Amino acid sequence: MTATLEVADLTIVRDADEARIVDGLSFALGPGEVLGVVGESGSGKSTVALGLLAFARPGARIAGGRVVIDGVDLLALRGGELRDARRRLAAYVAQDPATALNPALALRTQLLESLDGPPAENLDRIRRVLRTVGLPADDAFLRRKPRQLSGGQQQRIAIAMAVVARPRVIVLDEPTTGLDVSTQAKVLALVKQLCADEGIAAIYVSHDLAVVADVADRVIVMYGGELVELVPTDALLGAPRHPYSRALLAAVPSARERQVLHPIRGRAPGVGERDAGCVFRARCDFATDACLERPPLEAEPGGRLVRCVRADEVQRLTRITRVADRPERPGLVCRPAVLEAEGIDAHYGERQVLFNVSLELEPGRCLAVVGESGSGKSTLSRCLIGLHEQYEGRLRLDGEELPLTARARPAAARRELQYVFQNPFGSLNPRRTVGSSIAAALRLFGSDGRRTGAVVAEALERVEISARLAERYPAELSGGQRQRVAIARALACEPKVLLCDEVTSALDVSVQASVIELLRGLIDEGLAMLFVTHDLAIVRSIADSVVVLSEGHVVERGETAAVLDRPSHPYTQGLLADTLELPALAG
Amino acid sequence: MSAPPRTEAVAASREPSARGAGLRRLWAAPRVRWGVLLLAATTAFAFLGGLLAPFDPSQPVGAPYAPPSPGIWLGTDQLGRDVLSRVLHGGAYLAWMAPTSAVLAVAIGAAVGLAAAYWRGWVDTLLMRAMDVVLAFPGILLTLLFVAVFGPLPWLLVTLVVVALVPGVARVIRGAALPVIGREYVQWAKAVGMPSATILRTELLPNVSSPLFVELGVRLMWAVGILASMSFIGYGIQPPAADWGLMVSENRTGLGIQPLAVLAPVVMIVVYTVSGNLIAEGAARVIARTEGRAE
Repeated sequence: MTATLEVADLTIVRDADEARIVDGLSFALGPGEVLGVVGESGSGKSTVALGLLAFARPGARIAGGRVVIDGVDLLALRGGELRDARRRLAAYVAQDPATALNPALALRTQLLESLDGPPAENLDRIRRVLRTVGLPADDAFLRRKPRQLSGGQQQRIAIAMAVVARPRVIVLDEPTTGLDVSTQAKVLALVKQLCADEGIAAIYVSHDLAVVADVADRVIVMYGGELVELVPTDALLGAPRHPYSRALLAAVPSARERQVLHPIRGRAPGVGERDAGCVFRARCDFATDACLERPPLEAEPGGRLVRCVRADEVQRLTRITRVADRPERPGLVCRPAVLEAEGIDAHYGERQVLFNVSLELEPGRCLAVVGESGSGKSTLSRCLIGLHEQYEGRLRLDGEELPLTARARPAAARRELQYVFQNPFGSLNPRRTVGSSIAAALRLFGSDGRRTGAVVAEALERVEISARLAERYPAELSGGQRQRVAIARALACEPKVLLCDEVTSALDVSVQASVIELLRGLIDEGLAMLFVTHDLAIVRSIADSVVVLSEGHVVERGETAAVLDRPSHPYTQGLLADTLELPALAG
Repeated sequence: MSAPPRTEAVAASREPSARGAGLRRLWAAPRVRWGVLLLAATTAFAFLGGLLAPFDPSQPVGAPYAPPSPGIWLGTDQLGRDVLSRVLHGGAYLAWMAPTSAVLAVAIGAAVGLAAAYWRGWVDTLLMRAMDVVLAFPGILLTLLFVAVFGPLPWLLVTLVVVALVPGVARVIRGAALPVIGREYVQWAKAVGMPSATILRTELLPNVSSPLFVELGVRLMWAVGILASMSFIGYGIQPPAADWGLMVSENRTGLGIQPLAVLAPVVMIVVYTVSGNLIAEGAARVIARTEGRAE
């Protein structure tokens, strides 16, 4: 096999201090092959994606190495030659199609941009590609602007733009992260088919192991800017040989089985925080003194590369999650519901987004609200907390009538209902210390001023954050830590009900696992929880019962096991079928 | 469904500047520091300069438009008064009126902008349309009208400058506050029932402090400009008082014979303006950098 893409010793550094963001990455890729690159935030995977196009973000610089596509070393080219080589040889699909497409230009103009043959031929080519990606190819469609398309259609246009000029290599950076599972399934199938048909070598960058497992032939696992394992996909799933790969797999929830998730302790090293030893050493269960020296990348049979001195011992261990299934909580019929919602109808302006939704939250149980984007699931949680204004229905808290908007509610009710937001980067005031954010909530509910410090410390301890961090500002914390602080702020108010809106969707899987375990612990202590999510695997691992929303209607509800094992509504069945799952593992 | 956090690695790598976030980071910028020092120096010069003046600023010391000579270092003006003494005395008005108007304008403008952004709806419409009306009304006409009726009283001049500056500030601060209001921590504050006044003070105001600082610098510049022009057209500080703007106006006919009588006050006005400019520009750069990095 002659390599289409050959990367040798690619090194990208931070301008300010020459710290390595990507450290000596090498691999080769044949035509039609899809290579997955997985890693968590800060692993350098997006920097690699851009580096393959000989591009570095402002503040970073490609310090060395080769990126050879079809015999042309992109890194050796400059200016016009580089631009020309990029146009002919490589293409890039960004994470967010809405920002990748020019909103002011018609699709036709954007698709034609990279072609330089005769116009009639070009138009032909465009139509063929559009049909391949499953979009209409008529003139009316070509005259449309990007904003007239859905997110999934936009991403397909972005992919069409990438392949239309017949590149040799296509780099896809998290192209399905913002999409619903059903759309994601279609895009993944499309990528696989296009690469096989047109002989394009593809690099598929993602944080989602299940996605990579579905689309890639081989996988690079990155950690702290290094390649720690390069392995055929099946072998990675069956027998990970690097401790990080193994830990990553153990942190992924499954939609099929209810499991206790295993977070990875500690946090990933930032750029410039790495020492001479193994980069994963600080968080590794297998670390020994031998790891104080940076392990070499060992070549193994089957074209496999592993950077670990104890790979054999890692592989011998079975996957731990198999034994630790989480028991389902039986419905506690004797306990009355804490929060009841009846006949919720919600509007956004003229448009009705929720239709007669009712639900009950019981203490010590978690109810998941599942649906795709636009299903109204976030609106539902905003209604319950009283932030959404345009809705009718009846709410009861502990059997007493609850006013619909937060403003009209008595202080006790506002204290007992707490909310945790999706985005950990926006949920804390950047100009307040962590402790002050929590104390602000306490002051509102007239807590004893002298006790505030103790209550704050206690709340932080409950979410496993050191009380010393109370003096820190949010910018000094990682995403996972911020989400924990947001949960601590809610807990400090001693709520009866916690409403969680997609609280883990912005987090890495290993961090997600720790937040899920934390929340599950709180539920077991007697908290009633509403957990809004689009991810069925998370539903399986945390929820006791589930409500499925589609376009504002409840289409199915019941105990988690019953709904996920035997979905009765076609919408739920489709959702389950499209949810990617790591193939069952030997163990 | 949002993207995985790309900024996390950066955020986690311990930013030393996060503490005391806004103002401290601004002070770290050399431009801001120079601007503030220059502003302090000019202000001190304007208030204390009069004590160093060799002559009475309103008494003639020689022939009109006399060139510099020993003892009369900058020559004399159109009435034979010492230019140096008049420059040393002439900043006092500007030095209290300009900052006072700038601070008042930014305070009022910020209050209006925050209120409009926070309550939206009819409050927003009412406040911002009112601002548009003020903005549409030619400031010079307003000045002519009020000064003609009440005379050139200092507090009236300050008020007029404030009225002229508030709409711009309100617009900028409203724009800066809108995205902050969408942030989850403000939503949370509403959900737990934090009083609106507290939300505005503790959640919103600190998070628009950077643009607020830029505004202060820009509006100071504007205030100096407007006040100097008012003096120049004769609607500001009245003769025989010494005032930089007024001096430019009085001595412009003698520009050919005794240029120092005009240049000296012009230089002072320029230095004063540049200090505001440095602060604004430096602050704007810091903000651009910060926003480029965070969220």
